Amino acid sequence: MIAAFKVEHATRSSRIGMAAFASALVLLAAAPAWGGRDDLRLLAEMYAYVALASLWNLLAGYAGLVSIGQQAYVGLGGYVLFASTILAGLHPLLAVPIAGAVAAIVALPVAALMFRLRGHYFAIGTWVVAEVFRLSASQISALGGGSGISLPASIVTAMAPSRQLREFLIYWVALVLMVAVLAAIVLLLRSRYGLALTAIRDNELAARSNGVDVTRTKLVVYILTALGTAMIGALIFLQKLRISPDTAFSVNDWTAFVIFITVIGGIGRVEGPIIGTIVFFLLRQTLADLGSLYLLMLGAVAIAVMLMAPKGIWGLIADRFGWQLLPLERRLRFAADARTT
Amino acid sequence: MEWVNIVIQGVLIGGLYAMFAAGLALIFGVMRLVNIAHGDLIVLAAYIALMTTDTLGINPLLAILIVAPVMAAIGYCLQRALLNRTLGEDLLPPLLVTFGLSVIIQNALLELFTADSRRLNAGAIEVASFPLAPGVWIGLLPLLQFVVAVAVIAALQLLFYRTAFGRAFRATSDDQSVAQLMGLDNRHIFALAMALSLAVIAVAGVFIAVRTNFDPAIGPARLIFGFEAVIIGGLGSMWGTLAGGIILGVSQAIGAQINPGWQLLAGHLAFLLILALRPEGLFPKVRG
Repeated sequence: MIAAFKVEHATRSSRIGMAAFASALVLLAAAPAWGGRDDLRLLAEMYAYVALASLWNLLAGYAGLVSIGQQAYVGLGGYVLFASTILAGLHPLLAVPIAGAVAAIVALPVAALMFRLRGHYFAIGTWVVAEVFRLSASQISALGGGSGISLPASIVTAMAPSRQLREFLIYWVALVLMVAVLAAIVLLLRSRYGLALTAIRDNELAARSNGVDVTRTKLVVYILTALGTAMIGALIFLQKLRISPDTAFSVNDWTAFVIFITVIGGIGRVEGPIIGTIVFFLLRQTLADLGSLYLLMLGAVAIAVMLMAPKGIWGLIADRFGWQLLPLERRLRFAADARTT
Repeated sequence: MEWVNIVIQGVLIGGLYAMFAAGLALIFGVMRLVNIAHGDLIVLAAYIALMTTDTLGINPLLAILIVAPVMAAIGYCLQRALLNRTLGEDLLPPLLVTFGLSVIIQNALLELFTADSRRLNAGAIEVASFPLAPGVWIGLLPLLQFVVAVAVIAALQLLFYRTAFGRAFRATSDDQSVAQLMGLDNRHIFALAMALSLAVIAVAGVFIAVRTNFDPAIGPARLIFGFEAVIIGGLGSMWGTLAGGIILGVSQAIGAQINPGWQLLAGHLAFLLILALRPEGLFPKVRG
């Protein structure tokens, strides 16, 4: 007697949310038609942060792997881009997926070592790994050593003949990457792994006792996150056209901001990083003149949010109104005839 | 003889790393908190020492007598006002709050003191040295800081295992609720542990500020040294942190001798090697 039922993910709010996302996507894809050069740069930067924060959120918010060393993979991606274009002569856009593949391969032994560290110590361990990557990068003289290197003009022009086309191209790649990262996360969370991850997020011990292979699930998430983070890293430095160990492996730019965005937006929810990025850039556009005071305030806001509203802005809204912008819930819907049996 | 000198230098600087590590291990042992802002607090101690020497005109080593109590007071207040509220089953709040704290301290120091490199001047003792054997010289200052480090760690060990104070720390560490039933105030005990931790790193912070330049951004590197020494030595053992600090210091000294760019890298690699071969550290006490 097997009950006829199906799992539904969508709710009314998620249908509205998806419609909003779809129309926003059309609007954003057409940005080269309505936006200026500065708008495109700003938007592309926002896409990179949405993607980085979403990946960190998957890692820390769902899998409980609080890393403060994700700059390792941003920098690795950037350096793979520069190495494969300058040293191996590959097309820059081809180098982006290669950066992801290299990072996934590198992440395996790194995870094997780091997973030996429990909880808090894992966090600092990942930072050591990022430092090792930074120091190693500054030893590679073919890529400019400690002072860094610029992408040669010939490689830049090979991407697209005019500067405007190049900017459009990078913009669209950034948009595609962000959408791909978000889509991959949503699909992952709707899969078996997603159920396991949500269980781990809510209670690791309970998940383990219900047969979830916690270590394996965490490993998969760690490697996927490294892959995505490195692709975003490659794109970021394709836009910057210059790389150095200190910018590539910057803990402030690629981890502190990302953590603040996720915490303020709402950790452990897919919508959080999107909301967080919008808030972060609004603050930055208005307060960036304050320099280090701005960072100081950001740190204070993140602490206040963590203590007073640990689920972030989106957590407050979602709990209050029961909304979800993405179809992630699981609801059992029984077929009418199955109910009676 | 050159290598003997290098190893001795490494051992002596290892004493400093051991003090960073002891501060970290102390609060982890008592309340299972890893303080990401640990390194920035070490740098904060150096700046407080700088202000003290500038205003009072005293030797920085004497200034420790002022800096350590000030840091202890900061630690007590920090724990009572902020960090106690983050403790619990969830790992995330303490990590993120201390990470935020780290960013706040760094940028506050940057606002107050600019990004310029600073250094404390301890006078003639900085260059004084004496021969240990033909060709082997020992600097008085490195020797002094190593002796102080050993003394601090011995004192912590005694405090932990020979005093009522230490018994309270250990009881809280073993079982918080039972400790509370026995009349201990956990919030007060945790705040005392943090005060002690910051007093220890204040001593280390002043010594390292005499030896090397510091600026507001250098904190994370200090945190990482302390952390590596803890893991190399093994969790939960005070003397283990000394061994960990020495191994880290010697690895860095040897790395620097081979190639100046490899100083830090060699320390990190030693850490990763230990993690790969003996993940519980060399002298573990906490098992399971």
